[in-house]
Amino acid sequence: MLDWGAIFGNAAIEFISPTTAAYALAALGLAVHFGYTGLLNFGQAGFMAIGAYGYALSALRFGLPIWACVLIGIGASVVFALILGIPTLRLRADYLAIVTIAAAEIVRLLFTTSEFDDFTGSASGLSAFQRDLEALNPLPDGSYGFGPWNFSDRTWFFLMIAWVVVALCALLTWMLMRSPWGRVIKGIREDEDAVRSLGKNVYSYKMQSLILGGVFGTLAGMLFVFPRAVVPSYFQPTLTFFIYAILLLGGAATILGPIVGSMVFWVLLSFFSGFVARAVAAGWFPFMTQVQAGQLRFILVGVAIILIVVFMPQGILGNKKELAFVK
Amino acid sequence: MSSDTVPSKTPEKTTGLHVGDPAPGVKKVDPILIADHVKRTFGGLTAVDVDHVEIPRNAITALIGPNGAGKTTFFNLLTGFDRPDTGTWEFDGRSLAHVPAYRVARMGLIRTFQLTKSLGLLTVMDNMKLGAKGQSGENFFRALLPFLWRGEEHANEQKAMDLLTRFKLDAKKDDYAASLSGGQRKLLEMARALMSDPTLVMLDEPMAGVNPALTQSLLDHILDLKAEGMTVLFVEHDMHMVRHIADWVIVMAEGRVVAEGDPHEVMQNPAVIDAYLGSHHDSDLGETESEHVTAMKELIDDEQ
Ligand SMILES: Nc1ncnc2c1ncn2[C@@H]1O[C@H](COP(=O)(O)OP(=O)(O)OP(=O)(O)O)[C@@H](O)[C@H]1O
Ligand SMILES: [Mg+2]
Repeated sequence: MLDWGAIFGNAAIEFISPTTAAYALAALGLAVHFGYTGLLNFGQAGFMAIGAYGYALSALRFGLPIWACVLIGIGASVVFALILGIPTLRLRADYLAIVTIAAAEIVRLLFTTSEFDDFTGSASGLSAFQRDLEALNPLPDGSYGFGPWNFSDRTWFFLMIAWVVVALCALLTWMLMRSPWGRVIKGIREDEDAVRSLGKNVYSYKMQSLILGGVFGTLAGMLFVFPRAVVPSYFQPTLTFFIYAILLLGGAATILGPIVGSMVFWVLLSFFSGFVARAVAAGWFPFMTQVQAGQLRFILVGVAIILIVVFMPQGILGNKKELAFVK
Repeated sequence: MSSDTVPSKTPEKTTGLHVGDPAPGVKKVDPILIADHVKRTFGGLTAVDVDHVEIPRNAITALIGPNGAGKTTFFNLLTGFDRPDTGTWEFDGRSLAHVPAYRVARMGLIRTFQLTKSLGLLTVMDNMKLGAKGQSGENFFRALLPFLWRGEEHANEQKAMDLLTRFKLDAKKDDYAASLSGGQRKLLEMARALMSDPTLVMLDEPMAGVNPALTQSLLDHILDLKAEGMTVLFVEHDMHMVRHIADWVIVMAEGRVVAEGDPHEVMQNPAVIDAYLGSHHDSDLGETESEHVTAMKELIDDEQ
């Protein structure tokens, strides 16, 4: 007999876990880039790494206060966006895609190489950089919650920070996208030349969008590593692809799509991994080892995503009417 | 395509625009746009090679010529969408060489495209509002403070409604532009260009695909633009329309300006007949090409 209660319980936890929030925010960044502006950023993992390391290094190596750590992370990602954008945003969309994927790998490898081990901790990363933040935790010690959502006070604290940041960023994006600024951005997605012919500085708007979505990625990187240690292997190119999957799942040009998409993605992933692991243990799949079973969950999530995309190509929250006109 | 494209009122032609005999590159009394030695090659092909041309202010000028004459390329060069190999050109006394397209537009020179560029996933109204100039809500930070731009937005909506009504698109204001027909998109693009109160409007084949009933009111709109003090430069293949609304005609062939003059005289210029019939002789005769030839013959007949 499988322990369905545990499988569903563990899956339900992912609805609100800090990781879900972090992925939602990273996907919101891609919604700004891809969904609203039409920019192909395949290096969101790089922006996340810059946020995570920007915070951790500022805290550990320079002993800076929390606000300064956050600002340094944001500043670094603005610089990163400028470096990526200045040479490519005047060119066709595919150039940005190539440059971002390469730059994100460079960032990851810089943090991985043992050359700077004393500074970055290389492959084993950095831990205990969030002590100042933990000291601010107002929650009483212990583990508490309701139903499956039973967390330690530390997890609750990071969870609350994460969702507050996600909510603020979603609100910011919503306000921007309903403003004349957002109208220009959506115009650029469709036809830059048309927007240019109406007197808008397209290059500058694309840069602003790249910076905004990149900063969301950077904040997401911080939220992602707050509850854990930071290691460079989190920031593989596959991270970017998962975030794209979340974006398409939820709806590319929507505010809440990335959030819903992240929840669905993580709940499904947790559900399948719990199910497969227990099913193998119970001897349901005699042809499979536990290691193979670990891979199977990604296959199942992949299949689930394909089904959703085929039957709901606009994403869960996307506008069907809008999609009707996409060739 | 003949008499039903005649505007409903008899257009008042502006005359006395040029100084001296009407020859290619003739001086104008009050030019708004002057181009010198503008040349653009694509590989071995010289698409545009204009020695000197002046566009008269507050008049309607037609730029005509066979397919591939370089009209669209010349438009692109003048508006900053393409860079010439050599050349200088100025608008309202200010040099435009190396000025990016968006700045050209802000200076009051607005163009439309031969292949319509309506923004399909924006509503018709949003398309229109995008055309308005100097919106403070288009600044990233001010966008976050709606009270700063709500007034402007409202004023732009009013203005857009007026224009949409003139172009008979008011009923469509909340539809996606992608749901409009080809002709309606042409109208939308033109209406959108007018949102910024340009001083010079450059229209690349504004009538292509617009039905005759609408063509009539469109011609009236173009005439109204002149009455409002704007200058219009347009590319058009329909010679009847050219003859009825243009105050001045510039003829291009193989990248060069081969003739200029008022619409009635220019049609009889041997260089023009050559440009059309010549290209008829030494190139494959396409569907449209033969259409020009018929149109030309018709006109020449008309004049005699
Ligand atoms: N991007 C380009 N690359 C190569 N050749 C080009 C390019 N754009 C235009 N040309 C060439 O330049 C010449 C002029 O083209 P252009 O589009 O300006 O003609 P046009 O006068 O607008 O013709 P039509 O009346 O058919 O619109 C053509 O021979 C065309 O093949
Ligand atoms: Mg053309």
